[in-house]
Amino acid sequence: MVSFILKRLAVAIPTLLVLIVLSFVLMHAAPGGPFTRERAIPPEVLVNLNARYGLDEPLWKQIGTYLWNIVAHFDFGPSFVYPSRTVNDVIAQGFPITLTYGAISFLVAVIVGCSLGVAAAIKQNSWLDYLAVGISIGAQVLPNFVMAPILVLVFTLWLGWLPGGGWNDGQWEYLIMPVVALSTSFMASIARITRSSMLEVLAQNHIRTARAKGLPTRRILLRHALKPAMLPVISYLGPAFVTMITGSVVIDLFFSTGGIGLFFVNAALSRDYSVMMGITILIGGLTILFNLVVDILYAWIDPRIRY
Amino acid sequence: MLVEQQKMESLAGRLVEEEVKGRSPWADARRRFVRNKAAMLGLVILVFVGAFALFGPYIAAWSIDELDFMVLGQVAELGGPSIETGHYFGTDDLGRDLFARVVQGTQISLMVGLVGAAIAVIVGTLWGAIAGYVGGATDNVMMRTVDILMAIPYMFVLILLLVMFGRSIAMLFFGIGLLSWLDMSRIVRGQTLSLKNMEYIEAARATGVSGFRIILRHIVPNLLGIVAVYATLLVPLMILTESFISFLGLGVQEPLTSWGALISEGAGTMQYGTLWQLLFPLFFFVITLFGFFFVGDGLRDALDPKDR
Repeated sequence: MVSFILKRLAVAIPTLLVLIVLSFVLMHAAPGGPFTRERAIPPEVLVNLNARYGLDEPLWKQIGTYLWNIVAHFDFGPSFVYPSRTVNDVIAQGFPITLTYGAISFLVAVIVGCSLGVAAAIKQNSWLDYLAVGISIGAQVLPNFVMAPILVLVFTLWLGWLPGGGWNDGQWEYLIMPVVALSTSFMASIARITRSSMLEVLAQNHIRTARAKGLPTRRILLRHALKPAMLPVISYLGPAFVTMITGSVVIDLFFSTGGIGLFFVNAALSRDYSVMMGITILIGGLTILFNLVVDILYAWIDPRIRY
Repeated sequence: MLVEQQKMESLAGRLVEEEVKGRSPWADARRRFVRNKAAMLGLVILVFVGAFALFGPYIAAWSIDELDFMVLGQVAELGGPSIETGHYFGTDDLGRDLFARVVQGTQISLMVGLVGAAIAVIVGTLWGAIAGYVGGATDNVMMRTVDILMAIPYMFVLILLLVMFGRSIAMLFFGIGLLSWLDMSRIVRGQTLSLKNMEYIEAARATGVSGFRIILRHIVPNLLGIVAVYATLLVPLMILTESFISFLGLGVQEPLTSWGALISEGAGTMQYGTLWQLLFPLFFFVITLFGFFFVGDGLRDALDPKDR
């Protein structure tokens, strides 16, 4: 197991380095510098600015410094647009919020999705099954940026039950709609995957054996069926995590939750390259870390997998 | 002359005669597809949306950038959908005809979806087929590259690209195409690995056909089934990606528009009682995704060899 983890790390670390170098090179290849504005900046000021941000150094040295600061100090450098603010400030302000509702959405999607899928598989071709299948087909075409306006329309404008946006230190009324909007399509996907893999497992020989020797249904489902049925779900969690983090950008923008996505979009609109790169690298790092965890979890649950 | 006549007659007779031959796998698949009600419904929806995008401009009473000064400032009261004013879908917040704008949004979203999927299909198929067929170190390097690119947060890099190199449609195509072929190449590689030990490939190699030609003439045509299924499912994903970016206001720029941008505009103004601005683009977006998913699922069921 240790060598397996080490091997995965050996792939993960170069990936992260490639991401950092790639985004840096991209920024350099972009037409116009980070200080290109509508009004031209006097050349003397530009020289000073470039010196202040270290942009007058040769490219390899800039990349080296940037990389070293991130790896050694977790420092993503200053914002190019707001000189008083660093990228770290932005992350520190927005990330806890994203993490809060992101983690809740993730848990909701996994727990509700799995339960729905298992229930549908056990009671195949019952009304519950049709409901689950119906929801999972319908939710495929309801991504977060469609769910969010519909939820606000119904629960804020028509019914007046929930506030239409804001964060308010994460009070539950403010959390409900972001969580539902973010988790719906994943919940549906997880339910669909769980249902089909559970159906497949339930048709296998070891389940028939367990039934034949008279084990209680509950025990068969929980001990013998659930574990192998969860494998496809676990391998879906990696991509789901990435898409969910991406979706948080829409949530932040639409519900004004103040998470990291809001900063990303604002940075994109004001061409604040360093903030964009910082957030991209942070999320890339998280993605790689999460995929690592999923891989380890997978190898741990499935004893057939040996690397 | 007479002989000719006879010859022609017998030829005509042979043409009319029902050919007695085994059904090809493709004919089998077509039969299964036509029997699938959801897939046929999806196909009808897609034809409808395609016709809307193609012929919509001829039906629209207003052009895309014309402002209707009669409704300006009173959009909620006067700008609703009506036949008399010629605004079949109402107007947007600036008094522009929403029907014309939805038509244009449909055109652009469909185009992004189809072009993005086409790029993914071409690049992904070639990449995967070459990696799978050549094997060895080449395969290793090519698939590691795919692994690394896959771990990169797609949407963020795409937005980074769009912001840095300008938000043009060409850049959108390039960016989406650049990052969307990864899954395709993996699927194709897996399929190629199982194809490449087939006898007909061995025969081709024995007769001295070059590697590249084998890939193009013998491997790729046999991948067609799986590629077709995946491509159909890829189109809605591309549309989703583009709509996502346009919803954030980072995609296509005014005066051009797309479904995502229209949904975003409609969602921004829905509290002023102009609900049609949200519902019309949303309707076309949702039915199109449904259509593509149904057709994709139908194709998969029709072509799935496990089912036979």
